[in-house]
Amino acid sequence: MNEQADDWGILSQLPGNPLMWVLILSEMLVFGALFVAFAVMRLLHPAMFLAGQASLDVALGGLNTLVLVTSGYLAARAVQVRTVAGSRASLPWLGGAMTLGACFLAIKASEYADKAAHGLGIETNGFYTLFYLMTGFHALHVVMGIIVLGIVGWKNSVENLETGAAFWHMVDLIWLILFPLVYLLR
Amino acid sequence: MKYESQKVALYYIAGALGLFVAQILFGLVIGTIVVVPNFLSELLPFNIARMIHTNALIVWLLMGFFGSAYYLIPEEAETELYSPKLAIIQFWLFLFGAAAAVVGYLFHIHEGREFLEQPLWIKLVIVVVALMFLFNVSMTVLKGRKTAITNVLLLGLWGIAVFFLFSLYNPSNLILDKVFWWWVVHLWVEGVWELVMASILAFLMIKLTGIDREVVEKWLYVIIGLALFSGILGTGHHYYWIGLPAYWQWIGSVFSTLEVAPFFAMVVFTFMMVWKGGRSHANKAALLWSLGCSVFAFFGAGVWGFLHTLAPVNYITHGTQVTAAHGHLAFYGAYVMINIAMFTYAMPNLLKREPYNQILNMWGFWITSSGVTFMTFALTFAGVVQSHLQRVLGMGFMEVQEQLGLFYWMRLGAGVVTFVGVVLIVWSLVVPGRAKAAARAAIQPAE
Repeated sequence: MNEQADDWGILSQLPGNPLMWVLILSEMLVFGALFVAFAVMRLLHPAMFLAGQASLDVALGGLNTLVLVTSGYLAARAVQVRTVAGSRASLPWLGGAMTLGACFLAIKASEYADKAAHGLGIETNGFYTLFYLMTGFHALHVVMGIIVLGIVGWKNSVENLETGAAFWHMVDLIWLILFPLVYLLR
Repeated sequence: MKYESQKVALYYIAGALGLFVAQILFGLVIGTIVVVPNFLSELLPFNIARMIHTNALIVWLLMGFFGSAYYLIPEEAETELYSPKLAIIQFWLFLFGAAAAVVGYLFHIHEGREFLEQPLWIKLVIVVVALMFLFNVSMTVLKGRKTAITNVLLLGLWGIAVFFLFSLYNPSNLILDKVFWWWVVHLWVEGVWELVMASILAFLMIKLTGIDREVVEKWLYVIIGLALFSGILGTGHHYYWIGLPAYWQWIGSVFSTLEVAPFFAMVVFTFMMVWKGGRSHANKAALLWSLGCSVFAFFGAGVWGFLHTLAPVNYITHGTQVTAAHGHLAFYGAYVMINIAMFTYAMPNLLKREPYNQILNMWGFWITSSGVTFMTFALTFAGVVQSHLQRVLGMGFMEVQEQLGLFYWMRLGAGVVTFVGVVLIVWSLVVPGRAKAAARAAIQPAE
């Protein structure tokens, strides 16, 4: 009976809780749909999107990419350390990952503040609607991710850490597609 | 049936079936008015009859949920209901509120807000009814076994009550009015009702297929996870053209497209369970309704919903007969069928009859399903023609309506077929199968 209960099909082979992977797949679908939407809108309105992209701060976006990737590395180290050296040893790594997550948000906030100062809001045009929606949804997931990392740091089992890290890597991965698509691709 | 107090479900099932028949009768009335405009015009105007059609539907589905919960929860929690007496008082109070609303409607007393037309005092009665119910079932679960099914069911039922509270808030700003109106209407049928549906379906799968509880629970968590993930922000698909910012068009389009996922998962779930379960339960009709429920919900809510959920499509189809097509098939597939599945499973146990009149019940299934399916297609075609003539070619509303006459006649015909099917369903559930009972008595050995 238990053997059957633990059988989640291919999800069983993935680290962490299988339900987290259901969430991750759902998130991928949502962001995937938004990426397709962005690409299609860009084809339909090339001038508007070029102008919009030119107004974005590539350096800050690039910095945020480094911050988030490093944070992902720290989360991965937390899981690794937890398996060999116990729960206490993983906490500094998790704390580092969360701190860098907060840095990402701070940089994002300064970027938004700059846009707002130039009068560029979510309703300015189709480009900014998608820009704010995609980066905003992503930033919301960074917030959630920090909370998730906090929870698994508190309830510090290997499975929980793997579950939290999986979510954090998804946040990472989405940014790695979002950044070049929205900021770089011309 | 293992617990005496489960019998209070009988009140609710009987009430639900009565209102089901009334709902369909009033559906026939308004279907007739559409094609014969002066039909009953002095006595029962279209808007009043439509109110009764839609309100009766909602009330009987809720009554069915209450009855299903009163049957399911003692069995899952493995304890008698906290207070059967309170459940019976709650039933009569609910029925009184519903009857008072209908009588009021006939005298043109209503608040006019679509689906929430009940006068304020009746809304407050409904809140009291909900509190009595939630107190009763929650106390039962608290003193008994807690399972994933009872947890999800309670979450859904509490959600129904909480979101109903937004019906009491009616801001004068028309945009805010609509925003919160959808918090009742959408977050019910595309949110918390799905939790109720999934948990009842999970219960039926355990009972009918003999599959392990642990397996069913995994599916249940995935299904409700998908339902809430897609359904809550899916509310955005109602925010396209009511005066809210345009970014809702993106949010609504993306998330409501994913609302297909939980319904698809329910189809895979039910068929996998039957395939892997291996138990051949005597109540074949209940299994037919359970499988039919997931399939029809997938098409009605999922596919027909997706058909017009993307903002650029909805720009053309909004408020046409496409919406009516979706509404009919979705309500039938998801919530009518889950209720009838539960009634079909529970009634033989409650009345201590063997699964009875199964053949008649299954005829009811096929005839009703055919009727609703044909109606859905008629309305879909009507909606496509209407969208094109009205929104693309720019013809006037009434001019277009004249072009749709044939479809409306077909819808009425489909409604008559549906009514015949409903009578068979109700008959098969209420009236004992005499010939069969006699035959069984004859072959039973004397003891």
